[in-house]
Amino acid sequence: MGWLDALIQGVLLGGLYALFAAGLSLIFGVMRLVNLAHGDFIVVAAYIILLVAGQLGLDPFAAALIALPVLFAVGFALQHVLLNRTLGRDLLPPLLVTFGLSIIIQNGLLQLFSADSVRLRSGAIETASIAFGGGIAVGVVPLLTLLSAIAVIMVLNFVFYRTAIGQAFRATSDDLEIAQLMGIDVGRIFAIAMGLAFAVIAIAALYLGLRANFDPTIGPARLLYAFEAVIIGGLGSFWGTLAGGIVLGVAQTIGAHINPEWQILSGHLAFLVVLVLRPRGLFPRALD
Amino acid sequence: MPLLETRKLTAFYGDFQALYGIDTTLESSETIAIIGANGAGKSTFLKAIAGLIHGAADSILLDGAPIGARAAADIVKLGIALVPEGRRLFPSLTVEENLKIGAYGNTAKGAWTLDRVYSLFPILRERRSSPPSTLSGGQQQMAAIGRALMSNPRILLCDEISLGLAPIIIADIYAALPQIKADGTSIVLVEQDIVQAMKVADRLYCFQEGRLSLAGRPNDLTRDSIHRAYFGQ
Repeated sequence: MGWLDALIQGVLLGGLYALFAAGLSLIFGVMRLVNLAHGDFIVVAAYIILLVAGQLGLDPFAAALIALPVLFAVGFALQHVLLNRTLGRDLLPPLLVTFGLSIIIQNGLLQLFSADSVRLRSGAIETASIAFGGGIAVGVVPLLTLLSAIAVIMVLNFVFYRTAIGQAFRATSDDLEIAQLMGIDVGRIFAIAMGLAFAVIAIAALYLGLRANFDPTIGPARLLYAFEAVIIGGLGSFWGTLAGGIVLGVAQTIGAHINPEWQILSGHLAFLVVLVLRPRGLFPRALD
Repeated sequence: MPLLETRKLTAFYGDFQALYGIDTTLESSETIAIIGANGAGKSTFLKAIAGLIHGAADSILLDGAPIGARAAADIVKLGIALVPEGRRLFPSLTVEENLKIGAYGNTAKGAWTLDRVYSLFPILRERRSSPPSTLSGGQQQMAAIGRALMSNPRILLCDEISLGLAPIIIADIYAALPQIKADGTSIVLVEQDIVQAMKVADRLYCFQEGRLSLAGRPNDLTRDSIHRAYFGQ
C-alpha cells in the first residue's frame, strides 16, 4: 500500500511542478525566451499573496484572485518595457537580463522580508484530507493543486488553439517575420504572453505557499523543477508539461519511499533518463 | 499621383548595400513586374515596401504619404500585403487558420473573405483542416496568396510565386491574378520567369545588382535590351 500511496502523492506533487512549469513553457513556446528568473517571480507572487492576505485580512485563495490581474499587469509591463528590448538573434541578452533579475529579486526580497521562511495560512483546509480507504488519503490542498494544474493547462490549450490571440501566439512562434506581415504587433503579443505566464505564476505561488514554507532564496530550485518538467514533457506542449510535472513528482516520491534522502536525486535521475531516451521529451509539440 | 512610389530607395543588410536608388511607380489597378537574376535585389525591394527592411521614410510613398519607416504590422493595415518567397505558411496552423490570420491586422471590410478565397482556390476548402506541410507546393502557394488576400490589400506584393512549381500549376496560379486585379488590387510581381512576367505585367522593371537597369512596357522592350539589362552584357 505504501507504494500506491507514494504514487498518488507523486501525481499530486506533479500538479505543483506542472504549475511551476506551465508559465515557463508558455513563454518559451511563444518567444523562445528562457526566463531564468521564473522561479523568483513565483516567490515574488507568493509574497504578494501573503501581503494582500495579511493587509486585507483575506483568505489566500481570495488574495490570489486579487493578485492574479496585478501579476498579469506586472508580466505585461516587464516584457513590454524590458524584455522585448533583449530579444533578437542573440540568445545571450535575455539570459543575462533574466539572470540579473533573479539576483535582484532575491536580494530585494531579503531586504524587504528577511530570510525567515513564511507560509500562507488558510485554516482547516491546509490539513483536510479525503480518505479513500485502505490507508490511502489524499490531502485537499494537494488535490486542489493537481485540479488547478489541469484547469490551467485546459485554459491555456483553449487560448492557444481556439482563439484569435492563440493563433497569433502560434504564428509568432512559427515565424516572427511573417507574423508581422499579418499585422501582428509581436511586441504586444510577447507582452500578453508574459502577462498570461504571470497569471499562471500567481496560481503556482498560491499552492507553493499553502503546501510549504518559502523564503526569498527558493526561486532557483523551483526554476529547476520547472525546467525539468518542461523538458520531460516536451517543449511547447502544455499537456506534455503536465505529464512532465507528474513524472518528476512520481520519481521524487518513489525515490523518497525507498530512501528519504533520495527524493531530489530521483527526480533529477528521471529527468536524465528521459533526456537520454527521448531528447525531445515525452510529448513534443509536433505530437500535441 | 501614383498609388505607390519609390524614390531613390536604398536598402542595407548590415554593411552590405542591396539596393541603390531605385525609382519606381505603381498606378491603381496596375500590375508591374520586377525581373532580374538571383541577387539583383528583387526580394529586398518587396521587403522594403512591406516594412521588413527600413530606409528613409520618404523613399517609399503610398498615395503620396511617406511610409518607408513604418513597421511591417502597420504597412499591412495600410493595404499592402506580401506573398513571401517560399510561401512560409505557419506550420502549426491549419490551412484555414493560415487564411484567417491573414485578416488579423486588418479589420477593414472588403471583397476578400474566406469564402471568396475558397472560390478562387477550391482545393483549399477541401484541405481547410490540414496542416500546410501536407499540401503540395502549388496548394501551399495558393494558400499563401489567399492569406495575403484576406487582408483585402490595395497592393499585393508577390515574391517568386512560380518558384519550384510545375508549369501546369504555375498556369493555374497565374490564372488567378486577373480575378485579383479585377477588384482594383494592384500587383507587384517579382519573377525570374521573364516570359510569365511579361504576359501579365502592364510595365516591367529590371534590376541588376541592386540597381534599376531597365524600365518600360513589355511591348516596347526588345529581347536584346532585356537580355542586357538582365545579365549586364
